[in-house]
Amino acid sequence: MADATVDGTIVGRGNKDGAALFRQWFEELTAAASEDRRGAYVFVMGSFCELLQTFDLPIVFPEINSLQTAVRRVAHEYLNEAEDYGYSPDICGYVKADVATQLRGGELPMGRIPKPGIAVYTNACNTYIKWAEIWERMYGIPTFVLDVPGTRAAGTQTWPGHPDFENDRRYVAAQIRELIPVLERVTGIGFDIDKLRETMTHANAMGRAWRRVLELNQSRPSLFNALSDGTIYLGVANGFRGTAAGASYFEDLVEEMEFKAAEGIGTLTEELYRLIFVGVPCYPIFRRFTELFTELGGTFVNSTYLWFASGGSNVGFQYDLEDPIESLAEGVLVSVRDAMDSMFFQTTILAEMIDSFAADGVVYHPIKSCRTVSTGLADNRRSLMKERDIPSLFIESDMMDKRVVSEAQLKNRIDAFFEGLESRRQQAAIRQK
Amino acid sequence: MAYAAGVDVGSTQTKAVIIDEQKRIVSRALTETGANVIRAAENAFAEALAAGDLREEEVEYVVGTGYGRYKVTFGNTQVTEISCHGRGAVHMFPQTRTVVDMGGQDTKAIRVSPAGEIVDFCMNDKCAAGTGRFLGAASAALDIPLPELGPTALQGERPVKISTTCTVFAESEVLSWLGKGKKIEDILLGVHQSIAARSAGLLRRVGIEDEVTFTGGVAKNTAMIATLNERLELQVNVSDDSHYMGALGAALFALDHILASRAPAKARQDA
Repeated sequence: MADATVDGTIVGRGNKDGAALFRQWFEELTAAASEDRRGAYVFVMGSFCELLQTFDLPIVFPEINSLQTAVRRVAHEYLNEAEDYGYSPDICGYVKADVATQLRGGELPMGRIPKPGIAVYTNACNTYIKWAEIWERMYGIPTFVLDVPGTRAAGTQTWPGHPDFENDRRYVAAQIRELIPVLERVTGIGFDIDKLRETMTHANAMGRAWRRVLELNQSRPSLFNALSDGTIYLGVANGFRGTAAGASYFEDLVEEMEFKAAEGIGTLTEELYRLIFVGVPCYPIFRRFTELFTELGGTFVNSTYLWFASGGSNVGFQYDLEDPIESLAEGVLVSVRDAMDSMFFQTTILAEMIDSFAADGVVYHPIKSCRTVSTGLADNRRSLMKERDIPSLFIESDMMDKRVVSEAQLKNRIDAFFEGLESRRQQAAIRQK
Repeated sequence: MAYAAGVDVGSTQTKAVIIDEQKRIVSRALTETGANVIRAAENAFAEALAAGDLREEEVEYVVGTGYGRYKVTFGNTQVTEISCHGRGAVHMFPQTRTVVDMGGQDTKAIRVSPAGEIVDFCMNDKCAAGTGRFLGAASAALDIPLPELGPTALQGERPVKISTTCTVFAESEVLSWLGKGKKIEDILLGVHQSIAARSAGLLRRVGIEDEVTFTGGVAKNTAMIATLNERLELQVNVSDDSHYMGALGAALFALDHILASRAPAKARQDA
């Protein structure tokens, strides 16, 4: 995957290779479905790919499948089908698109997914639990929910060595030990701790590189758009976690970003405003949504989405291969808790992000069909505005349902936000004279 | 003497304002937007030119605003109505820190700096609840012309509680109150109070800071002013030109362009 791409350089390689890996992933899932092999259904916040890969389970991320229907502009067909089946218009769009996918025998625009053999998930999103119960009823499969103790209040996060953290780690480790025999029963494959060490080694390499990629975007101009390019990287971070291909992809991506940083190659011809995105992207008009900002010289340098939707792998936790199970528990606790904190206790994180990425503005994007990430954003915004004197924009739409996406209204608000950014810059220039 | 113009193409009506270099309003015009948005903008501008006894070439710069701002084909640039209402309100009432703009299809809460810059803003979403359209629905349901809604509502003594702010459901709720024998005046006062409550909610999201200036077409409605004052527990500023505030703000931005383009020439002369 080290081929040169644009202009004989490695610029754009991450996007190209990411798309290729994505196609490869779905070819493999389609093959598994045609052989009637059962998959492990998992979610982005606590996927346990490191462990599941050791049982040779095809990994299915229903959230990623659903958002792909929106990007490919067919989500409405899936949503309507699920609503006709009886699901309310007011529930999570990802759930409904998945229900329709199951009703269609796993057929998606990208390929066909295998039926589940087991669902493994955390409590990071309350919908995960009810969602998996749908598969449990449809297919009579075992489901395993791993209860990850979250942060109790803002500013009270604990870390390894702290008595509270160690108690929580033991609690998670005990659950992982309960999960292993369930996986052995479902797959008929015995647990191999050396295989786990191998997937953890790949996850360590990916985690280190992913963290470095995110840090490198502090460059000016920024090297990738956290909303558009970042979502491609995110797909690989989830789908290829614990694999050699995933580790290699991110190591290549570091190389590309370091090259761009050294050469001063940014994402825009003229980067006027560096922005931070909070929430979930507007997938029904994914490309256009980004353009509404880039056309006015704004680019997203970072996003809480890249943190929580990568299951907190952005922190680059490094597993201790000497003690895989205990270390896996520690990593899950650190990473999944960080993902939840990125949604629920984001003020401090954002304030630090504003400083380290020299951001000019923050864009909040609450969405109709996901209460988990959207509830509290207005309060979070007020809290952040008290900590930092920075313009912010609050726009609402959806991640799946184009019926509640109004491009004209979004554009009006975004245009006004940029007028404010420009005016603020002009006033600052006048004060300096 | 140079002139600058602002053309505000709203969802219901199109407004044009022409100002002189001293930022005085020279003329104004108002037309229905209708289906032909480009024509509406042209007509409003032409009427404003005629009202000011001006020729088109005397207007050096035109800024388009409102939802149809990109349809002001003769305009030099576009600025959102959010910025324009803020700018216009601060020009009219310099102590303005919060603006509530009620138009045909949306209501905006805008917080502004002393210089008229937008600090924060909030609008109703895709739904037209709590906007001028809501009053239009009540007007149709009760068969009372729009200009008479305010005076009629102010005669109400026992306002009914309108539980919905949905424009579609408003009509059936109004009719249900009529069916229960409630007076039209009391129903209308309830309608206005319902909109005021929803607008206050939007204002709270950006932070209510005195002085508050009320702009947009609905600012002509006396009952809306009274219910907003009551709800916010303050006296909102209302200008006779509230309806034109977006166009005025656009004209002020246009004048900025004219003056900025002259600045380098003057600097050269000084040198």
